[in-house]
Amino acid sequence: MDTMTTILQPDHATIPGVSTPAKSRAARRVHGLSDRTIAWLFVAPTIALLLAINIFPLIWMIRLSFTNLNLSMSYLPLRFVGLDNFSDILNDEDVWFRLQTTAQFVISSVALQVVVGFGLALLINRQFRGHSFWTTIILLPMMLSPAVVGNFWTLLLQPQIGPFNYLISLFTGVPPSSFSMTGQVSLAPWTIVLVDTWMWAPYVMLICLAGLRSIPDYIYEAAEVDRASAWRQFWSITLPMTVPFLMLAVLFRAIENFKMFDMVNLLTSGGPGSTTELVSISLKRAAFEKWRTGYSSALAIILFVTVFGAANIYVKTLNKVKQR
Amino acid sequence: MTAAATKSTAHSIVEASPRAKAFASGLVILYAVITILPLLWIVATAFKSQSDAIAYPPKVIFEPTLEGYVNLFTVRTRQTPDFIAKLPPPQTWYDKLVRQRDMVIAGPSKVVPRFVNSLIIGFGSTFLAVFLGTLAAYAFSRFRIPLADDLLFFILSTRMMPPVAVAIPIYLMYRQLNLTDTRLGMILLYTAVNVSLAVWLLKGFIDEIPREYEEAALVDGYTRLQALRKVVLPQAVTGIAATAIFCLIFSWNEYAFAVLLTSGEAQTMPPFIPFIIGEGGQDWPAVAAATTLFVVPIVMFTVLLRKHLLRGITFGAVRK
Repeated sequence: MDTMTTILQPDHATIPGVSTPAKSRAARRVHGLSDRTIAWLFVAPTIALLLAINIFPLIWMIRLSFTNLNLSMSYLPLRFVGLDNFSDILNDEDVWFRLQTTAQFVISSVALQVVVGFGLALLINRQFRGHSFWTTIILLPMMLSPAVVGNFWTLLLQPQIGPFNYLISLFTGVPPSSFSMTGQVSLAPWTIVLVDTWMWAPYVMLICLAGLRSIPDYIYEAAEVDRASAWRQFWSITLPMTVPFLMLAVLFRAIENFKMFDMVNLLTSGGPGSTTELVSISLKRAAFEKWRTGYSSALAIILFVTVFGAANIYVKTLNKVKQR
Repeated sequence: MTAAATKSTAHSIVEASPRAKAFASGLVILYAVITILPLLWIVATAFKSQSDAIAYPPKVIFEPTLEGYVNLFTVRTRQTPDFIAKLPPPQTWYDKLVRQRDMVIAGPSKVVPRFVNSLIIGFGSTFLAVFLGTLAAYAFSRFRIPLADDLLFFILSTRMMPPVAVAIPIYLMYRQLNLTDTRLGMILLYTAVNVSLAVWLLKGFIDEIPREYEEAALVDGYTRLQALRKVVLPQAVTGIAATAIFCLIFSWNEYAFAVLLTSGEAQTMPPFIPFIIGEGGQDWPAVAAATTLFVVPIVMFTVLLRKHLLRGITFGAVRK
């Protein structure tokens, strides 16, 4: 945080004729609280809230992850089982399968969003008439509640009454009731990717657009003078200069989709069978349907660690982009 | 952005050719139309009758009715036509509408209490998060705080955690504290999630306010707190408003915590909407009506926020 200079160490302090830093420091000692006290008073409530709502429960959960606690069988004596929960999870083929499903979902949805989002950003950057209005329209899906989106897409994707299958049949001639986007093992994984892309491609678009606009015109003008082709300009200027922004979008979407629960839970609720059972949905089942609290705490901790690592990289990228 | 767009004709080399522009505009408009169709379909479904909503092939042209909205707000019982004939004439237009389907209104549905919950929890958590966030952001922006970068990362990382995983210990803790299925519990939880966004966003906004204003005020004999209240806050109003809207949208849309930690008393709209049941499964016109009412404020806020959207989704890192 380069702007973290205080009035005590003024870097641009002396405004001629107004004051000297020494004077203002003296003035403040007379009135009110010291800066140090204020700083702590202001930061403490936020930290306290986060400790109470996030960290304390987290520590409790770490403790639970070493126990056999099962809320549906709370008559059982609470036993410490050491690392049993963790070894159970890592040896469970189902868990690996869920992680694989999740990885496939994350990779394909983020890849599709990058293609669609970056493409749209390039087009919108041409600044045709009315581009601002149409951009706002395109942005709407990402502002909606994922749960509500998942829910209403089930109507749109109904094999007979939904308009989606009907439109597909208009273009391809396949009878609309012959396939089910949410009920078929071969289609359901693509359905969640499709709806997620509908929702989040605008997110990638918006960030890429900021990247494109951060490229100064004179670079293109120089390239033009050097007679670089449009193709060459794209590969040597546009793409490399947008990459940090793209990374930002990709990381954030990857983290968000890794923990995806709401939209998919309502769209397919993990089905058919367990074809779209992402790791969060599986965690919800273990914790809130089978009530295997000890086991699910251990799984939750594994997810925490993964997300925490990814978040670390994300924040580094954030700070890098900020300096642009 | 719009202002820049209209004035950018000065660069002749960088400006796209008219043909390239027409091509781009065609594709973008096509995408926008495709993207908006699902939403329009839902808005239209809200005005369909039960049978039109599940017609095959799907109906694009239909006779609009307010049945979906009436069903959303009422609980009805099916009666025999004889019974209905014996009743006194219907008092209101919606009584009349319901009786045409051989039903009688038995009372109000739960949608209003759920909507009220969404409002109370949304505004409560937004107010708290913005209040705490403003204080913390000001401190991070203006004072030297030890380990500031680590604290800021810690604050942001709490927002990144998977909600289902967070909900497990929260569920146990709330059971002990009798906070399960209470508005207070949800307000505290959403405040904790929102405060991280608020700190990051507001720090960016406050960083942009020149320090000189406060320094001048301090010299004039203001205390720090007075300077904050009378100099910094008035300058940060737009940023605070944008931050508040982002927090409100999060609380309004949140589903995972709501479905896992509430069941009745404190339930908000997102877990409620999918379970609006009619005779034989989901009552689609009523679900669509609820979705429409739920989404309209978000659409309005999106238009209002347009200028600050980028900041909001990148925690304040990308500004233009």
